[in-house]
Amino acid sequence: MSGESRSLGDLFSRWGGRKGPAAEPEGAAGGDEAAHPTKALPPFLKGLAASEGPVLIDLGPVVGSNVTFFGEQLGCRLRVEDVIADIERHARSGATADFPGFLETRLQQAEGSVDGILCWDVFDYLDRPAAQALAASLVRMLRPGGLLLGFFSNAEPREQVYTKYVVVDEAHLKYRQYPASAPRQRGLLNRDIIKLFEGLTVSESFLMKNNVREFLFRK
Amino acid sequence: MWKRDESVKPAAATPPPASGGATPPTPAAAGQASHSTGGSENVNIGKSVVIKGELSGSEDLTIEGHVEGRIELRDNVLTIGPNGKIRAEVFAKAVIVLGEVTGNVTASEKVDIRDNGSVDGDITSPRVAIAEGAHFRGSVDMQRTGAKAAAPGAPKPAQPGPAQPGAPAPQAAAQPAKV
Repeated sequence: MSGESRSLGDLFSRWGGRKGPAAEPEGAAGGDEAAHPTKALPPFLKGLAASEGPVLIDLGPVVGSNVTFFGEQLGCRLRVEDVIADIERHARSGATADFPGFLETRLQQAEGSVDGILCWDVFDYLDRPAAQALAASLVRMLRPGGLLLGFFSNAEPREQVYTKYVVVDEAHLKYRQYPASAPRQRGLLNRDIIKLFEGLTVSESFLMKNNVREFLFRK
Repeated sequence: MWKRDESVKPAAATPPPASGGATPPTPAAAGQASHSTGGSENVNIGKSVVIKGELSGSEDLTIEGHVEGRIELRDNVLTIGPNGKIRAEVFAKAVIVLGEVTGNVTASEKVDIRDNGSVDGDITSPRVAIAEGAHFRGSVDMQRTGAKAAAPGAPKPAQPGPAQPGAPAPQAAAQPAKV
């Protein structure tokens, strides 16, 4: 694998004010077409492969190639629930105060009916009440043993963009960015993330070179 | 010349393969055109046509008009043209969407939502392609085809779709994986 989670050498190179030669481009700022490694996606896929026709929810914008990828890899039923579009709509209308209430009822899946959830970086754009409302809804719909994949940025918000995560293969993603009306919120601390998904346990977590923390939760 | 006339005549003489349940338009009045392409018939439903009811047939069909109700072309390709607006349950061998579809789409082979195409509904098909710039809202139910199913020792063979009784099973199973 070309990319790994952060090594000691890489940390030293960062503290020295320069990037290591193998450092990945900054995903949060680039929007480049380079393939970024992902460490949490392989165990997510492996965990779901054991299920017969798993039900998968994607909270990000629709990406055609992802639909094909997950469908062919898992033979799953994939439901695209573009929460990013909801965030954008509320940000444009300025109706952010009622967004937590909206999120409480946004997802109508039955309790314990979902095998996997792709959150991507949706939580980076939610304030605390909205994040809690969505997280509670996700925890409720996940079946016991189900998996939730989430990305959480560590970096200070800079460009106001959303990111489409395009699956290249089991271990790589492309970050495709597009303009956003909603700003990225200040990054959550690890303990806050874990607290947010009360009822789930952290199965795997990785700090990637581009400062993205990848969490894989299991119910 | 004679041969060409004969090949056109049956299509014009037979009742239109696409028949609206409530208000079946005559081919001439509806702007419906049928033409042969490489041996297989392809029927067009023009922009000005509105069909409410059930539409079924055994020829490939391109819809540029409006259809409400149900469309069944189980062994043929349905194309929703850029001007086409469908509010219907759709069953076909393959569905290509360049216009708008509201309703569930079931295909025994493939659903292809092209750039600027829009689907609001659930898709059931072993292969689904959604272009960048296409709109999709709903769920996708794909059978397990792809590398895993083809690989030796794969745990599960391709399963027949739940809502495709008319689907040609060997053909669907023989479909190569889309990459």
